[in-house]
Amino acid sequence: MTDAAAGMGRAASDARKLDAVATGPMLAADGRPLKASLNRALRAQKLRALALIAPLLLFILVTFIAPIADMLFRSVENQIVSETLPRTVIALEDWQETSQLPGEDAYAALAYDFMEAAERREHTRVGSRLNYETTGMSSLFRQSGRGIDDVGEIYADQFVALNPAWEEPATWVALMASERWQAEAAETETDTALPRFELAPGIADVLPETADAYRSFARTIMSEDEDDPRAEEPWNTVYLALYRDLLAGTGGYDGPQAALLNEAATAVPVFEAVSVQAQFADINEDWADTEVWETIEAFSDPYTAGYFLAAIDMQLTPDGIEAQPEEQQIYILLFQRTIFMSLMITFSCILLGYPIAYLLSNLPMRTSNLLLILVLLPFWTSLLVRTSAWKVLLQQEGVINDILVWIGLVADDARLQLINNQLGTIIAMTHILLPFMILPLYSVMKTIPPSYVRAAKSLGATDWTAFWRVYFPQSVPGIGAGCILVFILAIGYYITPELVGGRTGTFISNRIAFHISSSLNWGLAAALGSILLALVLALYWLYDRIVGIDNVKLG
Amino acid sequence: MKLKTAMLLTTGAVIAVPALVLAEGHMSDSMTLVSWGGAYQTSQIRAYSDPYQEMNPGVEVIWDESSNEAVSRLRAMNEAGNVTWDLVDVEAADAIRLCDEGLAMEIDHDEVLAPAPDGTPASEDFGDLLVSDCFIPQIVFSTTFGYRTDQVPEGVAAPTGACDVFDLETYPGRRGLNRQPIANMEWALLCSGVAYEDVYDTLETEEGIAQAFAMLDTIKDETIWWSSAAEAIQLLADGEVFMASSFNGRLFSAIEEQGQPIGMAWDWQMFDIDGWVIPEGLPEDRLARVMDFLHFATDTQRLADQALYISYGPARASSAPLVGNHADLDIPMAPHMPTEPANAENTFVNNYEWWADYRDDLDSRFQAWLAQ
Repeated sequence: MTDAAAGMGRAASDARKLDAVATGPMLAADGRPLKASLNRALRAQKLRALALIAPLLLFILVTFIAPIADMLFRSVENQIVSETLPRTVIALEDWQETSQLPGEDAYAALAYDFMEAAERREHTRVGSRLNYETTGMSSLFRQSGRGIDDVGEIYADQFVALNPAWEEPATWVALMASERWQAEAAETETDTALPRFELAPGIADVLPETADAYRSFARTIMSEDEDDPRAEEPWNTVYLALYRDLLAGTGGYDGPQAALLNEAATAVPVFEAVSVQAQFADINEDWADTEVWETIEAFSDPYTAGYFLAAIDMQLTPDGIEAQPEEQQIYILLFQRTIFMSLMITFSCILLGYPIAYLLSNLPMRTSNLLLILVLLPFWTSLLVRTSAWKVLLQQEGVINDILVWIGLVADDARLQLINNQLGTIIAMTHILLPFMILPLYSVMKTIPPSYVRAAKSLGATDWTAFWRVYFPQSVPGIGAGCILVFILAIGYYITPELVGGRTGTFISNRIAFHISSSLNWGLAAALGSILLALVLALYWLYDRIVGIDNVKLG
Repeated sequence: MKLKTAMLLTTGAVIAVPALVLAEGHMSDSMTLVSWGGAYQTSQIRAYSDPYQEMNPGVEVIWDESSNEAVSRLRAMNEAGNVTWDLVDVEAADAIRLCDEGLAMEIDHDEVLAPAPDGTPASEDFGDLLVSDCFIPQIVFSTTFGYRTDQVPEGVAAPTGACDVFDLETYPGRRGLNRQPIANMEWALLCSGVAYEDVYDTLETEEGIAQAFAMLDTIKDETIWWSSAAEAIQLLADGEVFMASSFNGRLFSAIEEQGQPIGMAWDWQMFDIDGWVIPEGLPEDRLARVMDFLHFATDTQRLADQALYISYGPARASSAPLVGNHADLDIPMAPHMPTEPANAENTFVNNYEWWADYRDDLDSRFQAWLAQ
């Protein structure tokens, strides 16, 4: 807004204020304030407009925005650890002395969590997740899933030896289940699902860990295997919990099975005891390694910056954020390379596309249409076919090298390397993206009246001046549109760089594709994708600041 | 699911014909099988699904060629709660990954699969190849080397295996290698003098990794890094490279079916296994159909039949003696099998468990090494 316009605007609003003070709000015919009545009429119109675009909006929301948002959300999401190992995560909150192994409570919590996770077949997923951070977690978790059955077995045996009733599922149900659940379960017909398991009131106060472990056992076998807790002996970890609880006393419990429980409570102090830590170390000695626990602790939060850090060659360690070791740094390099090569491709597209578009827009209609078809023809050919064709042309035993050798320009044993490097990617992608530069340029150049250049020439300009001072500035919006199209397409390309890029001509999108389809590290892929998106938006903003987005025209 | 297998068990007496047990009108009429396309899929169609459809005329079999993206597709299907595939052909490493992620179904091999003709239970017949509870092996293939017979320097014996790749003096010319660490790291160590049994222990140390990369550095600039096995064959066929690693079946078809001047160098070939997994979460009727098909398609005769069409070794020990001549070329297949003693003097097996742990780590190092 110019100063004059701003001045006028101010004057007008001052006048309105004066008006309002003098006469009150202006009223419409029905006595409402005119402003409100106008707004209402406009609102109806706006709503109608919204209703018209609503299907499209909804479509875009559901099929485009939502999936992308969901995918990007994975870059910070990390609920798997706290959901699969909830007790362990809580137990680790008190673990400060990270140079020492956590206490027995943490190991016991891990035993309960792990047993349930193994039964639900979720432990290996946590293992895969943590293996992204610390090598070896994958097989540690897979192996431990097989060995977890044995944790607590020593106590199970001793309880049963003390009194065979401990082997009976009925004993446990009577001790643990609420009367209501027992009654409902008794009424449930065979082949139908049992009601959701409920603990007896008060039992959790007397035997907190046992009650928790038994509930986890009962609910898991019901949902996973459709088994009946009234017919199944509890997991060994439940006996482990019972042992730990009884060592702490029974607190004068007098509910069902009190006699049995009291008998056991007097016997446990003389039980043969093995620490839970030792039992885990028996499955795999890595459980006695602080690094494993540090990893679980570092990634126990439901949200993590770990993926984003990995995407910029950093890592989250128990001691804070550090750079990755140099030999593993790759993503920053790939981001730089992707941007550099996309700029190169965009630039070569301008160089090649501009003269063609100029020619197209200045030839007679009939010839230019023919040429336009030639431009579009490769556009209609499969991407893979075009890329493979470049392979045939550019490789060392390929057509171009053969011709050069035949002419005598290069020696047979010094054939040029035109493919499987950056040059190959730039050549093939420039060709593939060229139509995206030519078409906007052509449509803009079509609208430039030839009389301007003629006028410039008649006023004495040379050919170059007439072009550079008169014609070129009018074609800039076309260049802008072409650049944005080509650059944004180039930065996300991955098939062509994969096929012709060799080891120096691949893009960041090749790594994203690898993490999506091969390593299944979707979190890292999402983080890389988010950074790429942010980069594109940042460059777009920069472009707007330098060139101006108003200065872009598609036709 | 458990119910079904339990049902199978109780009728264990007729385990050889579970088709009869399950055919009580509960089987779906169509199934979607996923494989790798190309000659390999053709061999599966001819050996497995064509005869199966002859036996069960009403069954429609749909073949999909998406195995190379099976892992991510299965995960996406699982998250969407709509699994459209019934049986998926994957490599063993992917099967382990799918099993870990809970995307493939665990099975009891002895219940689901047919025993050998002499009554040996399936788990013994497949033996060590049962690398995962979710995995039903079909074939043993190997990643090995092919070389241009017309580019071998005069007066020099033809290359015999992996270590000749690193010998640029005797065999000048470019190489084609896979763009991932698996196999390349092992070859680099084996050929720089590490004993076979120490390879994976060595790779766990920083010095070992450095040693492998140092060995690969000697040929880094002379190597074209391929990302699909078909590329390796194209590089060889066009004479772009002198030696390239690829799957032995692809090399076989380039040599025998297309008559390319390519020779095989078998030494230190890496064995790998390919087989089926059943996606987790199939409805009962489709699962019943798949189980029925699987029982048929992985029996001793069917696995031996597949070797009539492609040079991959059957995964059952009991199938090996039944392997005959190629169905179209009528040449004996045994000499082209990776398991043929003359070819298998020095071999190693892809150590899946080890790679499951170290793949994330080594892969990023390998890619960083490549990019520099």
